[in-house]
Amino acid sequence: MDKKHSTDTGGQRTYIFTPAKLSKIEAVLAVDLLDVGVHSVTLIDMAGNIISTMDNGENKHDLYSLAALAAGNFGAVSTMAGLVGEDEFSLLFHKGKKENIHFSKVTDEFLLITIFGKEVSLGFLRLKVAEATEKLIGIL
Amino acid sequence: MAIINLKKKEVQAKIVYYGPGRGGKTTNLEYIYKKFRNRIQTEMVTIKTHGDRTLFFDFLPIEIGRIKGYDIRIQLYTVPGQVKYESTRRLVLRGVDGIVFVADSLSVRRKENILSLKSLADNLASYKKNISEIPLVFQYNKRDLLTEGIPLLPVEWLEKDLNSKLKAPSFEASALKGPNVVETMKKIIIVTIDSLRKDLT
Repeated sequence: MDKKHSTDTGGQRTYIFTPAKLSKIEAVLAVDLLDVGVHSVTLIDMAGNIISTMDNGENKHDLYSLAALAAGNFGAVSTMAGLVGEDEFSLLFHKGKKENIHFSKVTDEFLLITIFGKEVSLGFLRLKVAEATEKLIGIL
Repeated sequence: MAIINLKKKEVQAKIVYYGPGRGGKTTNLEYIYKKFRNRIQTEMVTIKTHGDRTLFFDFLPIEIGRIKGYDIRIQLYTVPGQVKYESTRRLVLRGVDGIVFVADSLSVRRKENILSLKSLADNLASYKKNISEIPLVFQYNKRDLLTEGIPLLPVEWLEKDLNSKLKAPSFEASALKGPNVVETMKKIIIVTIDSLRKDLT
């Protein structure tokens, strides 16, 4: 009973994550992103559910609300892209005074949210997120 | 799209309150938030217009304890009811696992209820989901107004208009005053978790 599978009820899908798979996901999030200095990183599905989250121990964010809003935000921006004739906007990034949020689509069903500060440049973060995304696609 | 985490032994499921504008979807969540404030660790998220209407969605995560050894975490959402926000409703329905259809009992709202149910079926179909197969509970809201002499649709009419084919569980309720709000929520959680039961080993 590994990976995802479809149930037979109206096209509804249930995703089942085994301990082994979650450990692989956590290893990617830890090594590729936390170790380079991001504050927190969360893998969610497009429904707003949290798959896995890791932080540097100093974050007190309400991650469940953040996941719901991030999924909604990503969906809204994707719809906006369609309205102006784009398939999608590849960069989704919000800049704050202390914290920044970067969103990256992993697959059609999963989204990676990275929160980081001034210590990490956006260019470097995008590079690391791209590397992590490749690895996550292989696991998911 | 429910998530089952076998490492944390946790289930996350998404339940959406759907229905016509000003029918009481947000009021349902506000009542639940107030009632279970000590068990809800976060603030209720609302994205409203200046006119206090739901613009995007309301969101309330609630932990309901253990079933078959799994911690059950339910994410409650509402959709905006106004007709013009159809694409937003479709976005919120993405990955939905269970639905409460909040019908407005006011006599003048009969047509809006029927149109809203039709839009629900269409939006679910866009995600290849069938309204007759997804966990669904009806709530006939504002029944408290009967005592104030305001014309309401008889429950038999509501059942005939909305639930004659679907035959889903239904409740007469008052989201403002509380009767059957919690019962509606409990029922949809039971039906939704039951639909996932075969995945919970």
